[in-house]
Amino acid sequence: MAAETHDTILKLDDVTKVYSGIVAVKHASLELRRGAVNVLVGENGAGKSTLMRLIAGVEKPSLGRILLEGKEVEFNSPADAQKHGIGMVFQELNLFGNLSVAENIFATREITRGIRGIDHKAQVQKANQFLDKLDAGISAETMVEDLPIGQQQLVEIAKAISLDTRILILDEPTSALSAAEVDILFKVIGELKAQGVAIVYISHRLEELMRIGDYITVLRDGQITGQAMVRDIDTKWIVRSMIGSDAKDFAKSLDHKLGNEAFRAEDICLPRKTGGFAVDHLSISVRAGEVLGIYGLMGAGRSEFFECVIGQHAHSTGRIFVTGEEIAAKDTSTRIRKGLALIPEDRQREGLVQVLSIAANLTLASLEKFVKFGFHISGDREQAAVKEQVRNLSIKAPNPDFDVTSMSGGNQQKVVIGKALMTNPKVLLMDEPSRGIDVGAKADVFRTMRKLAGEGLAILFSTSDLEEVMALSDRIAVMSNGKITTILDRADATEELIVKAASEGHKSAGHTSTREIA
Amino acid sequence: MTTATSTEKAPAADSGSILLTLMKLRTFIALFAVIAFFSIFAPNFLSAANIILMSKHVALNAFLAMGMTFVIITGGIDLSVGSIVGLCGMVAGGLILNGIDLQIGYTMYFNVVEVCLITLVVGILIGAVNGLLITKLNVAPFIATLGTLYVARGFALLSSDGQTFPNLIGKPELATTGFGFLGSGRIIGLPVSIWILIVVALAAAYVAKYVPIGRQIFAVGGNERAARMSGIRVDRVKMFVYMFSGFCAAIVGIVISSELMASHPATGNSFELNAIAAAVLGGTSMSGGRGTIGGTIIGAFVIGILSDGLVMMGVSSFWQMVIKGIVIIVAVVVDQAQRRLQQQVTLMQLAKKG
Repeated sequence: MAAETHDTILKLDDVTKVYSGIVAVKHASLELRRGAVNVLVGENGAGKSTLMRLIAGVEKPSLGRILLEGKEVEFNSPADAQKHGIGMVFQELNLFGNLSVAENIFATREITRGIRGIDHKAQVQKANQFLDKLDAGISAETMVEDLPIGQQQLVEIAKAISLDTRILILDEPTSALSAAEVDILFKVIGELKAQGVAIVYISHRLEELMRIGDYITVLRDGQITGQAMVRDIDTKWIVRSMIGSDAKDFAKSLDHKLGNEAFRAEDICLPRKTGGFAVDHLSISVRAGEVLGIYGLMGAGRSEFFECVIGQHAHSTGRIFVTGEEIAAKDTSTRIRKGLALIPEDRQREGLVQVLSIAANLTLASLEKFVKFGFHISGDREQAAVKEQVRNLSIKAPNPDFDVTSMSGGNQQKVVIGKALMTNPKVLLMDEPSRGIDVGAKADVFRTMRKLAGEGLAILFSTSDLEEVMALSDRIAVMSNGKITTILDRADATEELIVKAASEGHKSAGHTSTREIA
Repeated sequence: MTTATSTEKAPAADSGSILLTLMKLRTFIALFAVIAFFSIFAPNFLSAANIILMSKHVALNAFLAMGMTFVIITGGIDLSVGSIVGLCGMVAGGLILNGIDLQIGYTMYFNVVEVCLITLVVGILIGAVNGLLITKLNVAPFIATLGTLYVARGFALLSSDGQTFPNLIGKPELATTGFGFLGSGRIIGLPVSIWILIVVALAAAYVAKYVPIGRQIFAVGGNERAARMSGIRVDRVKMFVYMFSGFCAAIVGIVISSELMASHPATGNSFELNAIAAAVLGGTSMSGGRGTIGGTIIGAFVIGILSDGLVMMGVSSFWQMVIKGIVIIVAVVVDQAQRRLQQQVTLMQLAKKG
């Protein structure tokens, strides 16, 4: 495999992409090689997905050019890019659950018999061919929603292959696959490579990249920080390029004594709709003033665990204690009143009420504190509390009565944090608290976390950022496939240990469980 | 080049915000427009008698529209209000005329206050059924209230075998007299129904602004999932809005029966559509999260004045329907345009700052 045989098929030339207020990709230049696996790595929010969305025609670059085989092209829609032979498997699956596998694979390009409509037989037959190639063991007539998530991923890949693509983008394709399915996927990738298809492969699992990649590009904060042949480098090089030499501004831990146990979860269990467990008999305990970082890859079950704790899953089982007292009530309102608070991962969908003002969002969870005579919201008290919270969290809000959407992502996140803090929690659950916010706001959020811990709050936070979990936590728990695979003291934790533990859950259980369902 | 564009942009932003203010006040402007139009073209439009008569018409729709506003703000819809009006009218009429037969040779009669209270409870209970169907059994609001629409109308017809309960004057010896006061009585020159409207509207506006459940209604409609995550008891909020809507419909049922001194089981047919129209005209967003009681009241006045004014001008009722439909569509189109403009202005302000 000599480098010179891989010529460039697509080139991004000095591309920049700006979303309202956030620069997602800065002056990136990238070459994709034909017949090779082009690997893209970077932390969450580094801009990998944005870069790929530009190539797949989902977004248009704000600046810069895209060159396909030397000619400048402009993709106005994903369909446009598909016409040029570019297919993409998105991280979030884009399938129609209410349609069959065959119908999904041939969506928008149905096989028809003239005016007699869709030829379902031919579609099923052809779809089965693609699925057999993947050794997926799925019948093309099954409804997509009846398939476990790993097999849905395979359907998505079959769909991309069926497009006769010249460039195939796989965004974290293995995050939901078992070890055996990963092997099949890699075999298929090998075949496609031999046919001259350029593969773009995005993943967090470094060992996978080393195994399958030919060329590697590392992204950090929207910029390309490293490009190399995979055979020339090692994992250490990747980690170094991902994190960079200039350490981020992490708040140093204040020296304070840890208190008694503030939070204990025993045997938390959440069955998955498609079989198996999203949260698998998980037990953990946190002391007052302690910051526990939960590291895990996408789909490890971190968010689900937090949601179980706050009472969003009625069918979850297990017991929860706050300062030694068991909380039997299953509903969120009571759990918040007992001292639990959650800062959800998806700010827009779960954290904010977009139509309300900044102030109304802040006080939403704690309105009863401002009530006089049993029903009247005291405007003065509410405003005073809002002002105090805005000051404490240094929320940059010109006027708390403005719409919450008028602020930047970082400030919106602070509002969500403020909302949780205004309920006076004893235990704070933060799901990916630094997701989608800029560096300055991140530093603010981290400083706040440290300060709160110093004040005796027990904090559990989840992240898929290695550096973050290492710098912020007193203890680190690693989750994989719904289980905690290891718990490390900060002193004992190394990046290698954490990364290894993060994929352990799949090795032991993933394979057998999905096969049983199939 | 860049300096030229930046100097040009500043006045554009200003005119944008003037347009925005105009659009925000559109319901007011529409109200003044219809009043101005009809005072010129419809004879006697501005006479005190006519204004009071129109207000009484408007009040009926305004009650329903207020209840509907809260429901729509939570992201739901209540199609059953018209039927609740009919059924509650029959309940009130039946109680006054026939009382409750206790099946042991006695018949129980109630005085007018008790009759009104029982009727209001019936309205609230039907609202509670709507709420339970929607929260506990997860029926879509449209379907649940469509069902109760038929059920309530059916019971209204069953209650009298389709007949009217006439002459609700009551008998002095049973202490059932005085029902007509609600519909035709006056306090300091204003009809009683207008006073009730003022009281209920002020209470509703107060709830929307100063009571936790009011804030929570907006939160549920704006982002139900976030509301749940914040510990808001979403089911309780939804129960409240449907029960309030039922309560408002019961008031209308009582007032209409009292005005006519008779209860007819078909009363209130298609009232729900007028209520929705008034709410939407007043700036309530069908996707939830936005709306005001004040806006809805003005919306009800626009629709009411429009139909009464057109009648006075002698416009055919067929044309009236066409005009009403166009007004509603235009209102929503302007509403959408305002949303977009608002976003642009906010983005522009952000860009200026950053």
